[in-house]
Amino acid sequence: MTDTPTSSHGTGPFIAAIDQGTTSSRCIIFDRDGRIVAVDQKEHEQIFPKPGWVEHDAAEIWTNVQEVVAGAITKAGQDIAGFTPSDVKAIGITNQRETTMLWDKNTGEPVHNALVWQDTRTDALCRELGRNVGQDRFRRQTGLPLASYFAGPKVRWLLDNVDGLRERAERGEILFGTMDSWVIWNLTGGVDGGKHVTDVTNASRTLLMDLKTLQWDAKICDSIGVPMSVLPEIRSSSEVYGTTDIGGLDAVPVASALGDQQAALFGQTCFAVGEAKSTYGTGTFMLMNTGETPVNSYAGLITTVGYRIGDAKPVYALEGSIAVTGALVQWMRDQMGLISTAAEIETLASSVEDNGGAYFVPAFSGLFAPYWRSDARGVIAGLTRYVTKAHIARAVLEATAWQTREIADAMFKDSSTEVTTLKVDGGMTSNNLLMQTLSDFLDVPVVRPMVAETTCLGAAYAAGLAIGFWPDTEALRANWKRAAEWTPQMDAGERDKEYKQWLKAVQATMGWLDDEQD
Amino acid sequence: MPGSIQSLERAAAVLRLLAGGERRLGLSDVASSLGLAKGTTHGILRTLQQEGFVEQEPVSGKYQLGAELLRLGNSYLDVHELRARALVWTDDLARSSGEAAYLGVLHQHGVLIVHHVFRPDDGRQVLEVGAMQPLHSTALGKVLSAFDPVARNEVAEGELAALTSRTVTGADDFESVLDLTRARGWGSDLEETWDGVASVAAPVYDRRRMPVGAVGLTGAVERVCDADGIQARLVAAVRDCARAVSRDLGAGRF
Ligand SMILES: Nc1ncnc2c1ncn2[C@@H]1O[C@H](COP(=O)(O)OP(=O)(O)O)[C@@H](O)[C@H]1O
Repeated sequence: MTDTPTSSHGTGPFIAAIDQGTTSSRCIIFDRDGRIVAVDQKEHEQIFPKPGWVEHDAAEIWTNVQEVVAGAITKAGQDIAGFTPSDVKAIGITNQRETTMLWDKNTGEPVHNALVWQDTRTDALCRELGRNVGQDRFRRQTGLPLASYFAGPKVRWLLDNVDGLRERAERGEILFGTMDSWVIWNLTGGVDGGKHVTDVTNASRTLLMDLKTLQWDAKICDSIGVPMSVLPEIRSSSEVYGTTDIGGLDAVPVASALGDQQAALFGQTCFAVGEAKSTYGTGTFMLMNTGETPVNSYAGLITTVGYRIGDAKPVYALEGSIAVTGALVQWMRDQMGLISTAAEIETLASSVEDNGGAYFVPAFSGLFAPYWRSDARGVIAGLTRYVTKAHIARAVLEATAWQTREIADAMFKDSSTEVTTLKVDGGMTSNNLLMQTLSDFLDVPVVRPMVAETTCLGAAYAAGLAIGFWPDTEALRANWKRAAEWTPQMDAGERDKEYKQWLKAVQATMGWLDDEQD
Repeated sequence: MPGSIQSLERAAAVLRLLAGGERRLGLSDVASSLGLAKGTTHGILRTLQQEGFVEQEPVSGKYQLGAELLRLGNSYLDVHELRARALVWTDDLARSSGEAAYLGVLHQHGVLIVHHVFRPDDGRQVLEVGAMQPLHSTALGKVLSAFDPVARNEVAEGELAALTSRTVTGADDFESVLDLTRARGWGSDLEETWDGVASVAAPVYDRRRMPVGAVGLTGAVERVCDADGIQARLVAAVRDCARAVSRDLGAGRF
């Protein structure tokens, strides 16, 4: 028996998307219906020079990007009769957000490894930059707290710590970029006239951009110590930045850039105010479309640009992240040995009717949104002799659902907009019990789309819009297909009672460390 | 013990020996403990090793129980793992066929639906995960009965209830249906469970080539069938999907 191609995605034209992610770079080619035609992927090295430091070799990443684009094109050529690279009409980019690098504009050489978003070396610098105001010093303009994730302080660190770099930067020899800028600059020619640009969503993660004007804020750049000469031009998320010839392509427009979570928002077609998506992987990122004006957060969320299509008004989003969701399932598997695969958590949890009174708050490195308490540590509350490992498994899944509920509540507090349906993606969405629990705890329908690769799809959509491959966002909405939907089945009184218990368990985590700074 | 096979008895004795007391034994230890010739003992150990029931330590040459033996005890594939592996393939099946996709396993004399992907249109649909379907009339059930001996015994013990006027209810007729299913490598249900509804399914194998489930699609007869029964392109799509899931489970190419 052989595999015979049966599916109908045999005819072009196509759009390609590059996902330059934290652990790997991928290229996916989509057809007009948004179906996947070919995929190629390559991992890159994670470099840990010291505890808390995480770096990537940007040159390795650029090599990998070229390989996966060529690889996906080759695969499409094998699988699709009559395919030629000229069937790829545009290429879009999505990327790990905030990861920061500087390179020499004359040689194209990175001056240092890229500092990855997880890297905490700028912790002390961020505290110092907060001065007497604290971490909200730039929040009004940028929507962000002063935290080590964001790019601006990472640039400052590089300028301070790489020999002679500040002088070279001041002479105009050095370019800064997040991974989108690095990839686009190289795609569009590199030292031969490469375009030095970034998109509004990536720029909104630097701590250097004014959310309202969508321009670099000269005063903040000065305060953080970043010369404006290194900064790329800020462009929309969906427009032609230039063309590329890599991987057998010939003058194909490079036509979109979106940070990964924003790309998922786009791929999930959350184009209306109040539409929200949540991506359930190691951690979880929930973004809600809040429309054309940025909503300040007083409830511990981040204000960010969702996307901007060409000259249209920008669309903003509120973002809440949960540090530990899939990671807690991994912990049950690797540290506790209670399950042998992540999926088995559902088997174990399904063997009981409820949590048996147990609540698990996985504040492994403190509480994040909406609390931001670094003195908190994890707690399993409500233990009695009755509680079994199955109840704990249930509490593990409920922890993800309650944390999502807290973010949704915070979003409502900030924006007065209620999430009416939650669109989900990521590895944990194969867990049926978790998806039902989410719907029960949020009291809204939870829907999973048919294409799991929402991040790449979002970049492809934005690129396709820019070149008229798809006419408008309505056409993209029509492509969005529901694979499954879970509707709330929990009694309201029961929900309230359980939520109260959860909130009590959260209180129990706080103040575990004596010194807030640890 | 009439009819008992000597070499199997000896193999069992070797396994018992390795399971008790000292964990690792050399060839001569095993031979002398059981009072067997070294050559005979070596033959038994080699065969057990080939089956994965015994492992030989490369450095010392000593024997111990193998991983396969440990796996025998808890060998079933977790259904949630099965769903996770099937997810992308069943999404694609639903999308390319335009019909709802299902993944089912044998459970308490019926088919337990462990995964369901909606038909890709805007029609209102309800998630059927956790629902039970009959073994004798659905495509998923027929595939499980045809390929999994346990399912076949269960269906033989039960009654072949007439669910529609087309349900096959005679024991002999049902056996021929299973023969046909095995011969073709896929099963179908033409309005035998629900009027107006047809389905097609194919078996999913794990890495030991055990049939662990069935994957298929279900839809209105007018869309799914042509004059010859289930449309050939849908049969091919279902079989491709089943093969892809099996490969993901490590079943190897076939
Ligand atoms: N069926 C499941 N139930 C619960 N958690 C799961 C399941 N499958 C995967 N996970 C969790 O999801 C995470 C992997 O999802 P993925 O989207 O690949 O994450 P990432 O992109 O962050 O690596 C892991 O942390 C794993 O523990």
